[in-house]
Amino acid sequence: MRDAEGATTMTISRRHFLKALGIGGAASALAACAQMPGERTRGAHVVVVGGGSGGATAAKYLRRFDPDLRVTLVEPNATYHTCYGSNWVLGGIRQMDGIVQTYGTLRDIHGVNVIQDTVTGIDADARKVTLAGGQTLDYDRLVVSPGIDFNWEAAAHGTSANTVEQIPHAWKAGPQTALLRRQLEAMPDGGVFVMVAPPNPFRCPPGPYERASMVAHYFKTHKPRSKVLILDVKERFSKQGLFMAGWKENYGDMIEWVSANDGGMVQSINPTQKIAVSDGGLNRFNADVLNYIPPQKAGQVAHDAGLTNESGWCPVNQVTFESSIHPGIHVIGDASIAGAMPKSGHSANSQGKLVAAAIVNTLKGRDPVAPSMVNTCYSLITPDWGISVAAVYRFDDGSIKGVEGAGGVSPADADRNFRMLEANYTRGWYDSITTDIWG
Amino acid sequence: MKYTKLAAVALTATLGGLMVSQSALAEVTRGELMAQTCMACHGSVGTGPDATIPSLSRGFPRDLMIQNMRAFRDGTRAATVMDRHATGYTDEEIQLLADYFDARR
Ligand SMILES: Cc1cc2nc3c(=O)[nH]c(=O)nc-3n(C[C@H](O)[C@H](O)[C@H](O)COP(=O)(O)OP(=O)(O)OC[C@H]3O[C@@H](n4cnc5c(N)ncnc54)[C@H](O)[C@@H]3O)c2cc1C
Repeated sequence: MRDAEGATTMTISRRHFLKALGIGGAASALAACAQMPGERTRGAHVVVVGGGSGGATAAKYLRRFDPDLRVTLVEPNATYHTCYGSNWVLGGIRQMDGIVQTYGTLRDIHGVNVIQDTVTGIDADARKVTLAGGQTLDYDRLVVSPGIDFNWEAAAHGTSANTVEQIPHAWKAGPQTALLRRQLEAMPDGGVFVMVAPPNPFRCPPGPYERASMVAHYFKTHKPRSKVLILDVKERFSKQGLFMAGWKENYGDMIEWVSANDGGMVQSINPTQKIAVSDGGLNRFNADVLNYIPPQKAGQVAHDAGLTNESGWCPVNQVTFESSIHPGIHVIGDASIAGAMPKSGHSANSQGKLVAAAIVNTLKGRDPVAPSMVNTCYSLITPDWGISVAAVYRFDDGSIKGVEGAGGVSPADADRNFRMLEANYTRGWYDSITTDIWG
Repeated sequence: MKYTKLAAVALTATLGGLMVSQSALAEVTRGELMAQTCMACHGSVGTGPDATIPSLSRGFPRDLMIQNMRAFRDGTRAATVMDRHATGYTDEEIQLLADYFDARR
Protein backbone atom coordinates (compact mmCIF):
# COMPACT_ATOMS: atom_id res chain seq x y z
CA MET A 1 0.00 0.00 0.00
CA ARG A 2 2.70 2.43 -0.92
CA ASP A 3 0.12 4.62 -2.58
CA ALA A 4 -1.57 5.41 0.68
CA GLU A 5 1.72 6.27 2.31
CA GLY A 6 2.80 8.51 -0.50
CA ALA A 7 -0.45 10.37 -0.32
CA THR A 8 0.18 11.54 3.21
CA THR A 9 2.47 14.26 2.03
CA MET A 10 -0.66 15.90 0.71
CA THR A 11 -1.94 18.22 3.37
CA ILE A 12 -5.33 17.66 4.92
CA SER A 13 -6.65 20.91 3.58
CA ARG A 14 -5.62 20.15 0.04
CA ARG A 15 -7.28 16.78 0.21
CA HIS A 16 -10.30 18.49 1.63
CA PHE A 17 -10.49 20.85 -1.30
CA LEU A 18 -10.10 18.00 -3.75
CA LYS A 19 -12.93 16.17 -2.10
CA ALA A 20 -15.18 19.17 -2.04
CA LEU A 21 -14.56 19.55 -5.74
CA GLY A 22 -15.53 15.97 -6.30
CA ILE A 23 -12.31 15.12 -8.08
CA GLY A 24 -10.51 13.55 -5.13
CA GLY A 25 -11.17 10.00 -6.25
CA ALA A 26 -9.49 10.57 -9.56
CA ALA A 27 -6.79 12.91 -8.40
CA SER A 28 -5.60 11.16 -5.30
CA ALA A 29 -3.61 7.98 -5.20
CA LEU A 30 -5.34 7.09 -1.96
CA ALA A 31 -8.26 5.60 -3.78
CA ALA A 32 -6.13 3.61 -6.16
CA CYS A 33 -5.59 0.59 -3.95
CA ALA A 34 -9.14 0.52 -2.75
CA GLN A 35 -11.58 0.78 -5.57
CA MET A 36 -12.21 -2.22 -7.74
CA PRO A 37 -13.69 -2.02 -11.19
CA GLY A 38 -17.41 -2.62 -11.36
CA GLU A 39 -18.20 -1.75 -7.77
CA ARG A 40 -21.75 -0.54 -7.49
CA THR A 41 -22.48 2.73 -5.81
CA ARG A 42 -26.16 2.11 -5.13
CA GLY A 43 -27.46 -0.84 -3.19
CA ALA A 44 -24.03 -2.35 -2.76
CA HIS A 45 -23.85 -5.14 -0.19
CA VAL A 46 -21.48 -5.00 2.77
CA VAL A 47 -21.18 -8.05 5.00
CA VAL A 48 -19.83 -7.64 8.54
CA VAL A 49 -18.34 -10.61 10.40
CA GLY A 50 -18.81 -10.33 14.17
CA GLY A 51 -21.29 -8.26 16.17
CA GLY A 52 -18.85 -7.07 18.84
CA SER A 53 -17.45 -3.60 19.47
CA GLY A 54 -15.96 -3.14 16.00
CA GLY A 55 -18.44 -5.04 13.84
CA ALA A 56 -21.65 -3.68 15.36
CA THR A 57 -20.28 -0.12 15.11
CA ALA A 58 -19.31 -0.60 11.47
CA ALA A 59 -22.73 -2.06 10.58
CA LYS A 60 -24.62 0.80 12.21
CA TYR A 61 -22.45 3.56 10.76
CA LEU A 62 -22.41 2.06 7.26
CA ARG A 63 -26.19 2.34 7.25
CA ARG A 64 -26.06 5.79 8.76
CA PHE A 65 -23.48 7.17 6.33
CA ASP A 66 -25.27 5.66 3.32
CA PRO A 67 -28.87 4.47 3.73
CA ASP A 68 -28.69 3.01 0.19
CA LEU A 69 -26.25 0.35 1.34
CA ARG A 70 -27.41 -3.15 2.20
CA VAL A 71 -25.62 -4.30 5.33
CA THR A 72 -25.62 -7.84 6.72
CA LEU A 73 -24.14 -8.58 10.14
CA VAL A 74 -23.23 -12.19 10.96
CA GLU A 75 -22.88 -13.00 14.66
CA PRO A 76 -23.25 -16.45 16.27
CA ASN A 77 -24.71 -15.24 19.55
CA ALA A 78 -28.15 -13.70 20.16
CA THR A 79 -26.66 -11.47 22.85
CA TYR A 80 -23.23 -9.97 23.45
CA HIS A 81 -21.62 -9.62 26.87
CA THR A 82 -19.22 -6.69 26.90
CA CYS A 83 -15.78 -7.36 28.29
CA TYR A 84 -15.88 -3.80 29.55
CA GLY A 85 -17.73 -3.92 32.82
CA SER A 86 -16.98 -7.64 33.21
CA ASN A 87 -14.34 -6.87 35.83
CA TRP A 88 -17.05 -5.00 37.76
CA VAL A 89 -19.06 -8.22 37.78
CA LEU A 90 -16.06 -9.99 39.30
CA GLY A 91 -15.88 -7.22 41.90
CA GLY A 92 -19.54 -7.74 42.78
CA ILE A 93 -20.58 -4.21 41.82
CA ARG A 94 -22.52 -5.15 38.67
CA GLN A 95 -24.68 -8.11 37.66
CA MET A 96 -24.23 -10.15 34.48
CA ASP A 97 -27.40 -8.67 33.02
CA GLY A 98 -25.79 -5.23 33.37
CA ILE A 99 -23.20 -6.04 30.70
CA VAL A 100 -25.43 -7.64 28.09
CA GLN A 101 -26.19 -6.08 24.68
CA THR A 102 -28.64 -7.15 21.98
CA TYR A 103 -29.10 -6.68 18.22
CA GLY A 104 -32.75 -5.58 18.03
CA THR A 105 -32.03 -1.88 17.51
CA LEU A 106 -29.47 -2.53 14.80
CA ARG A 107 -32.05 -4.64 13.00
CA ASP A 108 -35.23 -2.66 13.61
CA ILE A 109 -34.03 0.95 13.74
CA HIS A 110 -30.86 0.95 11.68
CA GLY A 111 -31.95 -1.54 9.04
CA VAL A 112 -29.07 -3.96 9.45
CA ASN A 113 -29.84 -7.51 8.33
CA VAL A 114 -28.67 -9.50 11.39
CA ILE A 115 -28.02 -13.19 10.79
CA GLN A 116 -27.36 -15.38 13.79
CA ASP A 117 -24.74 -17.76 12.46
CA THR A 118 -21.00 -18.36 12.28
CA VAL A 119 -18.83 -17.52 9.28
CA THR A 120 -16.92 -20.67 8.36
CA GLY A 121 -15.32 -19.64 5.08
CA ILE A 122 -14.26 -16.47 3.27
CA ASP A 123 -13.51 -16.61 -0.45
CA ALA A 124 -11.71 -13.34 -1.17
CA ASP A 125 -11.52 -13.90 -4.93
CA ALA A 126 -15.19 -14.78 -5.42
CA ARG A 127 -16.25 -12.28 -2.72
CA LYS A 128 -18.36 -14.81 -0.87
CA VAL A 129 -18.68 -15.91 2.72
CA THR A 130 -20.02 -19.24 3.85
CA LEU A 131 -21.98 -19.69 7.06
CA ALA A 132 -22.12 -22.76 9.31
CA GLY A 133 -25.81 -23.08 8.52
CA GLY A 134 -24.93 -23.63 4.85
CA GLN A 135 -25.93 -20.22 3.52
CA THR A 136 -23.53 -18.24 1.31
CA LEU A 137 -23.48 -14.45 1.06
CA ASP A 138 -22.06 -12.36 -1.79
CA TYR A 139 -20.42 -9.12 -0.80
CA ASP A 140 -19.04 -6.02 -2.46
CA ARG A 141 -17.06 -5.23 0.68
CA LEU A 142 -16.39 -7.37 3.75
CA VAL A 143 -15.66 -6.11 7.27
CA VAL A 144 -14.05 -8.65 9.61
CA SER A 145 -14.07 -7.91 13.36
CA PRO A 146 -13.79 -11.30 15.07
CA GLY A 147 -11.88 -10.15 18.17
CA ILE A 148 -9.30 -12.49 19.67
CA ASP A 149 -8.63 -16.15 20.09
CA PHE A 150 -6.07 -17.78 22.33
CA ASN A 151 -2.66 -18.85 21.16
CA TRP A 152 -2.48 -22.16 23.03
CA GLU A 153 0.77 -23.10 21.29
CA ALA A 154 2.50 -20.27 23.13
CA ALA A 155 0.59 -20.86 26.37
CA ALA A 156 1.97 -22.16 29.67
CA HIS A 157 2.76 -25.86 29.74
CA GLY A 158 -0.19 -27.83 31.06
CA THR A 159 -2.86 -25.44 29.79
CA SER A 160 -5.13 -25.83 26.79
CA ALA A 161 -8.62 -25.06 25.55
CA ASN A 162 -9.69 -27.98 27.78
CA THR A 163 -8.51 -26.41 31.04
CA VAL A 164 -10.55 -23.20 30.90
CA GLU A 165 -13.22 -24.59 33.24
CA GLN A 166 -10.66 -25.24 35.97
CA ILE A 167 -8.61 -22.11 35.42
CA PRO A 168 -10.90 -19.62 33.65
CA HIS A 169 -9.51 -16.84 31.48
CA ALA A 170 -12.65 -14.71 31.54
CA TRP A 171 -11.03 -12.76 28.68
CA LYS A 172 -14.13 -13.22 26.56
CA ALA A 173 -17.06 -12.08 28.62
CA GLY A 174 -20.07 -14.33 29.21
CA PRO A 175 -20.08 -17.79 30.80
CA GLN A 176 -16.37 -17.47 31.63
CA THR A 177 -17.06 -14.27 33.61
CA ALA A 178 -19.86 -15.94 35.55
CA LEU A 179 -17.65 -18.98 36.21
CA LEU A 180 -14.77 -16.93 37.60
CA ARG A 181 -17.20 -14.97 39.76
CA ARG A 182 -18.61 -18.21 41.20
CA GLN A 183 -15.10 -19.43 41.98
CA LEU A 184 -14.36 -16.17 43.81
CA GLU A 185 -17.60 -16.47 45.78
CA ALA A 186 -16.76 -20.06 46.75
CA MET A 187 -13.24 -19.18 47.88
CA PRO A 188 -12.74 -19.11 51.66
CA ASP A 189 -11.57 -15.96 53.42
CA GLY A 190 -7.79 -16.01 53.61
CA GLY A 191 -7.48 -17.58 50.16
CA VAL A 192 -5.21 -16.47 47.33
CA PHE A 193 -6.41 -15.29 43.92
CA VAL A 194 -3.61 -15.71 41.40
CA MET A 195 -3.82 -14.03 38.00
CA VAL A 196 -1.36 -14.88 35.26
CA ALA A 197 -1.27 -11.78 33.02
CA PRO A 198 -0.77 -12.15 29.25
CA PRO A 199 2.20 -11.06 27.11
CA ASN A 200 1.90 -8.10 24.70
CA PRO A 201 0.00 -7.51 22.52
CA PHE A 202 -3.29 -8.41 24.11
CA ARG A 203 -6.86 -7.13 24.32
CA CYS A 204 -7.26 -4.28 26.83
CA PRO A 205 -3.80 -3.37 28.22
CA PRO A 206 -5.13 -2.09 31.59
CA GLY A 207 -7.68 -4.94 31.87
CA PRO A 208 -5.72 -7.37 34.05
CA TYR A 209 -4.88 -4.61 36.52
CA GLU A 210 -8.45 -3.33 36.72
CA ARG A 211 -9.44 -6.93 37.36
CA ALA A 212 -6.94 -7.24 40.23
CA SER A 213 -8.42 -4.03 41.67
CA MET A 214 -11.99 -5.26 41.43
CA VAL A 215 -11.17 -8.65 42.97
CA ALA A 216 -9.44 -6.80 45.81
CA HIS A 217 -12.54 -4.66 46.26
CA TYR A 218 -14.62 -7.81 46.63
CA PHE A 219 -12.13 -9.31 49.07
CA LYS A 220 -11.88 -6.15 51.14
CA THR A 221 -15.64 -6.02 51.58
CA HIS A 222 -16.27 -9.78 51.95
CA LYS A 223 -13.03 -11.73 52.56
CA PRO A 224 -10.56 -9.25 54.05
CA ARG A 225 -7.82 -11.77 54.88
CA SER A 226 -7.45 -12.85 51.24
CA LYS A 227 -4.72 -11.89 48.76
CA VAL A 228 -4.42 -10.95 45.10
CA LEU A 229 -1.24 -12.03 43.36
CA ILE A 230 -0.45 -10.98 39.77
CA LEU A 231 2.21 -13.00 37.98
CA ASP A 232 3.40 -11.10 34.94
CA VAL A 233 5.57 -11.87 31.91
CA LYS A 234 6.09 -8.12 31.59
CA GLU A 235 8.26 -5.57 33.32
CA ARG A 236 5.71 -2.79 33.15
CA PHE A 237 2.06 -2.28 32.38
CA SER A 238 -0.55 0.30 31.41
CA LYS A 239 -1.25 3.11 33.92
CA GLN A 240 1.19 1.34 36.25
CA GLY A 241 1.97 4.31 38.49
CA LEU A 242 -1.71 5.13 38.97
CA PHE A 243 -2.63 1.51 39.66
CA MET A 244 0.18 0.95 42.15
CA ALA A 245 -0.58 4.17 44.03
CA GLY A 246 -4.32 3.43 44.02
CA TRP A 247 -3.74 -0.10 45.29
CA LYS A 248 -1.58 1.07 48.18
CA GLU A 249 -4.05 3.79 49.12
CA ASN A 250 -7.16 1.60 48.96
CA TYR A 251 -6.00 -1.94 49.64
CA GLY A 252 -2.71 -1.67 51.56
CA ASP A 253 -0.69 -4.81 50.84
CA MET A 254 -3.56 -6.94 49.56
CA ILE A 255 -2.41 -6.80 45.90
CA GLU A 256 1.06 -7.97 44.97
CA TRP A 257 2.47 -7.65 41.45
CA VAL A 258 5.39 -9.89 40.49
CA SER A 259 7.23 -8.80 37.35
CA ALA A 260 9.00 -11.20 34.99
CA ASN A 261 12.41 -10.41 36.47
CA ASP A 262 11.11 -11.01 39.97
CA GLY A 263 9.91 -14.50 39.12
CA GLY A 264 6.52 -13.73 37.60
CA MET A 265 7.13 -15.42 34.26
CA VAL A 266 4.99 -18.52 34.53
CA GLN A 267 6.12 -21.49 32.42
CA SER A 268 3.80 -24.23 33.53
CA ILE A 269 0.55 -24.69 35.36
CA ASN A 270 -1.11 -27.60 37.06
CA PRO A 271 -4.78 -26.80 36.48
CA THR A 272 -6.14 -29.44 38.85
CA GLN A 273 -4.03 -28.43 41.83
CA LYS A 274 -4.03 -24.78 40.76
CA ILE A 275 -0.28 -24.36 40.97
CA ALA A 276 1.69 -21.97 38.75
CA VAL A 277 5.41 -22.54 38.31
CA SER A 278 8.02 -20.01 37.19
CA ASP A 279 11.79 -19.75 36.80
CA GLY A 280 12.29 -23.38 35.83
CA GLY A 281 10.61 -24.69 38.95
CA LEU A 282 12.29 -22.28 41.37
CA ASN A 283 9.00 -20.59 42.30
CA ARG A 284 5.71 -22.37 42.89
CA PHE A 285 2.58 -20.35 43.52
CA ASN A 286 -0.43 -22.07 45.10
CA ALA A 287 -3.77 -20.56 44.20
CA ASP A 288 -7.27 -20.99 45.53
CA VAL A 289 -8.62 -19.36 42.39
CA LEU A 290 -6.36 -19.29 39.33
CA ASN A 291 -7.14 -16.90 36.49
CA TYR A 292 -4.93 -17.82 33.57
CA ILE A 293 -5.08 -15.27 30.74
CA PRO A 294 -3.38 -16.93 27.75
CA PRO A 295 -1.35 -15.27 24.96
CA GLN A 296 -3.62 -13.99 22.21
CA LYS A 297 -3.99 -13.84 18.44
CA ALA A 298 -6.56 -12.60 15.94
CA GLY A 299 -9.90 -14.44 15.96
CA GLN A 300 -9.67 -17.85 14.31
CA VAL A 301 -11.76 -16.95 11.26
CA ALA A 302 -9.11 -14.35 10.30
CA HIS A 303 -6.45 -17.08 10.33
CA ASP A 304 -8.63 -19.46 8.33
CA ALA A 305 -9.23 -16.73 5.73
CA GLY A 306 -5.50 -16.07 5.38
CA LEU A 307 -5.80 -12.52 6.70
CA THR A 308 -3.03 -12.85 9.31
CA ASN A 309 0.74 -12.59 9.01
CA GLU A 310 3.46 -14.30 11.03
CA SER A 311 2.60 -12.15 14.08
CA GLY A 312 -0.81 -13.82 14.35
CA TRP A 313 -2.60 -10.50 13.70
CA CYS A 314 -3.96 -8.87 10.52
CA PRO A 315 -1.90 -6.30 8.61
CA VAL A 316 -4.11 -3.56 7.15
CA ASN A 317 -3.81 -0.35 5.20
CA GLN A 318 -3.56 2.25 7.96
CA VAL A 319 -5.95 4.65 6.22
CA THR A 320 -8.77 2.33 5.17
CA PHE A 321 -8.17 -0.79 7.30
CA GLU A 322 -8.35 -2.78 4.07
CA SER A 323 -6.37 -5.99 4.40
CA SER A 324 -2.88 -5.75 2.91
CA ILE A 325 -3.30 -9.40 1.95
CA HIS A 326 -6.83 -9.64 0.51
CA PRO A 327 -8.36 -6.61 -1.27
CA GLY A 328 -12.03 -5.96 -0.59
CA ILE A 329 -11.78 -7.16 3.00
CA HIS A 330 -11.35 -4.72 5.88
CA VAL A 331 -10.19 -5.96 9.27
CA ILE A 332 -10.84 -3.87 12.39
CA GLY A 333 -10.78 -4.19 16.16
CA ASP A 334 -8.53 -6.44 18.19
CA ALA A 335 -7.68 -8.62 15.18
CA SER A 336 -6.08 -5.76 13.23
CA ILE A 337 -2.61 -4.24 13.48
CA ALA A 338 -3.44 -0.58 14.07
CA GLY A 339 -0.23 1.28 14.79
CA ALA A 340 -0.24 2.99 18.17
CA MET A 341 -3.85 2.14 18.97
CA PRO A 342 -4.38 -0.31 21.84
CA LYS A 343 -6.69 -3.29 21.42
CA SER A 344 -9.73 -1.82 23.15
CA GLY A 345 -13.47 -1.54 22.68
CA HIS A 346 -13.07 2.20 22.23
CA SER A 347 -10.43 1.70 19.52
CA ALA A 348 -12.65 -0.88 17.78
CA ASN A 349 -15.57 1.58 17.92
CA SER A 350 -13.44 4.34 16.41
CA GLN A 351 -12.14 2.00 13.71
CA GLY A 352 -15.70 0.85 12.95
CA LYS A 353 -16.66 4.43 12.12
CA LEU A 354 -13.51 5.01 10.09
CA VAL A 355 -13.99 1.86 8.03
CA ALA A 356 -17.66 2.69 7.44
CA ALA A 357 -16.65 6.10 6.08
CA ALA A 358 -13.84 4.58 4.02
CA ILE A 359 -16.15 2.00 2.45
CA VAL A 360 -18.94 4.47 1.71
CA ASN A 361 -16.52 6.90 0.08
CA THR A 362 -14.70 4.19 -1.84
CA LEU A 363 -17.93 2.77 -3.25
CA LYS A 364 -18.73 6.26 -4.46
CA GLY A 365 -15.30 6.62 -6.03
CA ARG A 366 -14.23 9.20 -3.48
CA ASP A 367 -11.15 9.48 -1.30
CA PRO A 368 -11.28 7.65 1.99
CA VAL A 369 -11.47 10.18 4.83
CA ALA A 370 -8.23 11.05 6.61
CA PRO A 371 -8.22 8.93 9.76
CA SER A 372 -9.38 10.61 12.93
CA MET A 373 -9.62 8.21 15.82
CA VAL A 374 -9.68 8.34 19.60
CA ASN A 375 -9.37 6.07 22.58
CA THR A 376 -10.04 6.41 26.28
CA CYS A 377 -9.51 3.42 28.54
CA TYR A 378 -11.12 3.96 31.92
CA SER A 379 -10.43 1.61 34.82
CA LEU A 380 -12.01 1.39 38.26
CA ILE A 381 -9.66 0.84 41.19
CA THR A 382 -12.63 1.08 43.57
CA PRO A 383 -16.24 2.00 42.76
CA ASP A 384 -15.26 5.59 43.70
CA TRP A 385 -11.75 5.70 42.25
CA GLY A 386 -11.41 5.86 38.47
CA ILE A 387 -8.33 6.42 36.30
CA SER A 388 -7.95 6.84 32.56
CA VAL A 389 -5.57 6.89 29.63
CA ALA A 390 -6.55 8.80 26.51
CA ALA A 391 -5.22 9.51 23.02
CA VAL A 392 -6.20 11.12 19.73
CA TYR A 393 -4.91 9.30 16.65
CA ARG A 394 -3.95 10.51 13.19
CA PHE A 395 -2.33 8.94 10.14
CA ASP A 396 1.12 10.45 10.08
CA ASP A 397 4.18 9.50 8.07
CA GLY A 398 2.85 6.08 7.10
CA SER A 399 1.40 4.96 10.40
CA ILE A 400 -1.30 5.60 12.99
CA LYS A 401 0.20 7.73 15.73
CA GLY A 402 -1.05 9.45 18.85
CA VAL A 403 -1.07 13.24 18.35
CA GLU A 404 1.95 14.61 20.15
CA GLY A 405 1.20 16.70 23.20
CA ALA A 406 -2.28 15.23 23.55
CA GLY A 407 -3.53 12.24 25.53
CA GLY A 408 -1.79 10.59 28.46
CA VAL A 409 -2.91 9.32 31.83
CA SER A 410 -4.81 10.90 34.73
CA PRO A 411 -2.67 13.17 36.91
CA ALA A 412 -0.68 11.38 39.62
CA ASP A 413 -1.46 13.99 42.25
CA ALA A 414 -5.22 14.25 41.80
CA ASP A 415 -7.44 14.34 44.89
CA ARG A 416 -10.24 11.93 45.83
CA ASN A 417 -12.84 14.12 44.24
CA PHE A 418 -11.08 13.89 40.88
CA ARG A 419 -10.87 10.08 41.20
CA MET A 420 -14.56 10.00 42.06
CA LEU A 421 -15.44 12.08 39.01
CA GLU A 422 -13.46 9.73 36.79
CA ALA A 423 -15.23 6.75 38.39
CA ASN A 424 -18.56 8.35 37.45
CA TYR A 425 -17.30 9.04 33.94
CA THR A 426 -16.18 5.41 33.69
CA ARG A 427 -19.81 4.32 34.15
CA GLY A 428 -20.99 7.15 31.89
CA TRP A 429 -18.55 5.98 29.23
CA TYR A 430 -20.03 2.49 29.44
CA ASP A 431 -23.58 3.75 28.96
CA SER A 432 -22.59 6.00 26.11
CA ILE A 433 -20.36 3.69 24.09
CA THR A 434 -22.75 0.76 24.33
CA THR A 435 -25.53 3.08 23.08
CA ASP A 436 -23.23 4.24 20.30
CA ILE A 437 -22.51 0.64 19.26
CA TRP A 438 -25.74 -1.32 19.82
CA GLY A 439 -28.31 1.44 20.51
CA MET B 1 -27.80 19.11 3.94
CA LYS B 2 -25.13 19.46 6.51
CA TYR B 3 -22.23 19.20 4.06
CA THR B 4 -23.41 21.99 1.85
CA LYS B 5 -21.91 24.75 3.93
CA LEU B 6 -18.45 23.21 4.07
CA ALA B 7 -18.34 22.24 0.45
CA ALA B 8 -19.58 25.65 -0.58
CA VAL B 9 -16.89 27.42 1.42
CA ALA B 10 -14.21 25.33 -0.21
CA LEU B 11 -15.59 25.98 -3.65
CA THR B 12 -15.90 29.69 -3.25
CA ALA B 13 -12.34 29.81 -2.07
CA THR B 14 -11.03 27.97 -5.10
CA LEU B 15 -13.30 28.14 -8.08
CA GLY B 16 -15.68 30.89 -7.13
CA GLY B 17 -19.00 29.11 -7.19
CA LEU B 18 -18.81 26.02 -9.40
CA MET B 19 -21.72 23.69 -8.69
CA VAL B 20 -21.21 20.74 -6.38
CA SER B 21 -22.26 17.40 -7.80
CA GLN B 22 -24.76 15.15 -6.05
CA SER B 23 -22.24 12.47 -5.18
CA ALA B 24 -19.82 14.96 -3.69
CA LEU B 25 -22.56 15.88 -1.26
CA ALA B 26 -23.16 12.27 -0.34
CA GLU B 27 -19.65 11.40 0.75
CA VAL B 28 -18.61 11.25 4.38
CA THR B 29 -16.59 14.34 5.22
CA ARG B 30 -13.69 14.64 7.58
CA GLY B 31 -15.77 16.85 9.89
CA GLU B 32 -18.55 14.28 10.07
CA LEU B 33 -16.22 11.37 10.77
CA MET B 34 -14.31 13.34 13.38
CA ALA B 35 -17.56 14.36 15.07
CA GLN B 36 -18.71 10.74 15.25
CA THR B 37 -15.66 9.88 17.33
CA CYS B 38 -17.01 12.23 20.03
CA MET B 39 -20.17 10.16 20.28
CA ALA B 40 -18.43 7.20 21.94
CA CYS B 41 -18.52 9.21 25.18
CA HIS B 42 -20.98 11.97 24.35
CA GLY B 43 -24.02 9.94 23.45
CA SER B 44 -25.42 8.49 20.26
CA VAL B 45 -28.40 9.95 18.46
CA GLY B 46 -31.77 9.26 20.01
CA THR B 47 -31.34 7.49 23.30
CA GLY B 48 -28.87 9.87 24.94
CA PRO B 49 -27.66 8.12 28.08
CA ASP B 50 -28.71 9.54 31.40
CA ALA B 51 -25.08 9.64 32.39
CA THR B 52 -22.77 12.22 33.86
CA ILE B 53 -21.23 13.03 30.49
CA PRO B 54 -22.91 15.82 28.50
CA SER B 55 -24.64 14.54 25.36
CA LEU B 56 -23.94 15.97 21.93
CA SER B 57 -26.64 13.91 20.28
CA ARG B 58 -28.84 16.94 19.72
CA GLY B 59 -26.05 19.17 18.49
CA PHE B 60 -24.21 22.02 20.17
CA PRO B 61 -23.85 25.76 19.49
CA ARG B 62 -20.87 26.53 17.31
CA ASP B 63 -19.28 29.40 19.21
CA LEU B 64 -19.68 27.70 22.55
CA MET B 65 -18.00 24.57 21.28
CA ILE B 66 -15.05 26.50 19.88
CA GLN B 67 -14.74 28.42 23.12
CA ASN B 68 -14.95 25.27 25.27
CA MET B 69 -12.54 23.22 23.20
CA ARG B 70 -9.98 26.02 23.19
CA ALA B 71 -10.36 26.50 26.92
CA PHE B 72 -9.82 22.77 27.51
CA ARG B 73 -6.84 22.87 25.22
CA ASP B 74 -5.27 25.92 26.81
CA GLY B 75 -5.93 24.61 30.30
CA THR B 76 -8.06 27.60 31.25
CA ARG B 77 -11.02 25.33 31.90
CA ALA B 78 -10.64 22.54 34.45
CA ALA B 79 -11.23 19.01 33.17
CA THR B 80 -10.57 15.38 34.00
CA VAL B 81 -10.01 14.11 30.46
CA MET B 82 -11.17 16.75 27.96
CA ASP B 83 -7.89 18.63 28.30
CA ARG B 84 -6.11 15.48 27.11
CA HIS B 85 -8.46 15.18 24.12
CA ALA B 86 -8.70 18.85 23.15
CA THR B 87 -4.92 19.15 22.78
CA GLY B 88 -5.22 16.66 19.93
CA TYR B 89 -7.17 19.07 17.69
CA THR B 90 -6.03 22.03 15.61
CA ASP B 91 -8.08 25.22 15.34
CA GLU B 92 -9.23 24.08 11.91
CA GLU B 93 -10.37 20.74 13.27
CA ILE B 94 -12.21 22.34 16.16
CA GLN B 95 -14.05 24.49 13.64
CA LEU B 96 -15.03 21.44 11.60
CA LEU B 97 -16.43 19.82 14.75
CA ALA B 98 -18.25 22.99 15.74
CA ASP B 99 -19.78 23.34 12.26
CA TYR B 100 -20.98 19.77 12.34
CA PHE B 101 -22.61 19.92 15.76
CA ASP B 102 -24.09 23.36 15.11
CA ALA B 103 -25.85 22.02 12.00
CA ARG B 104 -27.45 19.24 14.04
CA ARG B 105 -29.19 21.49 16.55
C1 LIG C 1 -11.65 -7.84 31.13
C2 LIG C 1 -11.71 -6.90 29.98
C3 LIG C 1 -12.00 -5.57 30.20
C4 LIG C 1 -12.07 -4.68 29.13
N1 LIG C 1 -12.35 -3.38 29.40
C5 LIG C 1 -12.36 -2.48 28.39
C6 LIG C 1 -12.62 -1.11 28.65
O1 LIG C 1 -12.86 -0.70 29.80
N2 LIG C 1 -12.61 -0.26 27.60
C7 LIG C 1 -12.37 -0.67 26.33
O2 LIG C 1 -12.39 0.17 25.44
N3 LIG C 1 -12.11 -1.97 26.05
C8 LIG C 1 -12.10 -2.88 27.04
N4 LIG C 1 -11.84 -4.21 26.77
C9 LIG C 1 -11.47 -4.61 25.39
C10 LIG C 1 -12.65 -4.82 24.46
O3 LIG C 1 -13.57 -5.72 25.01
C11 LIG C 1 -12.17 -5.35 23.11
O4 LIG C 1 -11.01 -4.69 22.72
C12 LIG C 1 -13.22 -5.15 22.03
O5 LIG C 1 -14.41 -5.81 22.37
C13 LIG C 1 -12.72 -5.59 20.66
O6 LIG C 1 -13.75 -5.50 19.70
P1 LIG C 1 -13.76 -6.51 18.46
O7 LIG C 1 -14.90 -6.10 17.61
O8 LIG C 1 -12.41 -6.57 17.89
O9 LIG C 1 -14.02 -7.93 19.11
P2 LIG C 1 -15.24 -8.45 20.00
O10 LIG C 1 -15.91 -7.32 20.69
O11 LIG C 1 -14.73 -9.56 20.81
O12 LIG C 1 -16.28 -9.01 18.94
C14 LIG C 1 -15.99 -10.12 18.15
C15 LIG C 1 -17.31 -10.74 17.73
O13 LIG C 1 -17.08 -11.58 16.60
C16 LIG C 1 -17.86 -12.73 16.74
N5 LIG C 1 -17.23 -13.77 15.92
C17 LIG C 1 -16.04 -14.38 16.10
N6 LIG C 1 -15.82 -15.28 15.13
C18 LIG C 1 -16.88 -15.23 14.29
C19 LIG C 1 -17.25 -15.94 13.10
N7 LIG C 1 -16.46 -16.90 12.59
N8 LIG C 1 -18.42 -15.63 12.51
C20 LIG C 1 -19.24 -14.67 13.02
N9 LIG C 1 -18.94 -13.98 14.15
C21 LIG C 1 -17.78 -14.27 14.77
C22 LIG C 1 -17.85 -13.03 18.23
O14 LIG C 1 -18.95 -13.83 18.61
C23 LIG C 1 -17.91 -11.63 18.81
O15 LIG C 1 -19.24 -11.22 19.08
C24 LIG C 1 -11.81 -5.12 27.82
C25 LIG C 1 -11.50 -6.47 27.60
C26 LIG C 1 -11.45 -7.35 28.66
C27 LIG C 1 -11.15 -8.78 28.40
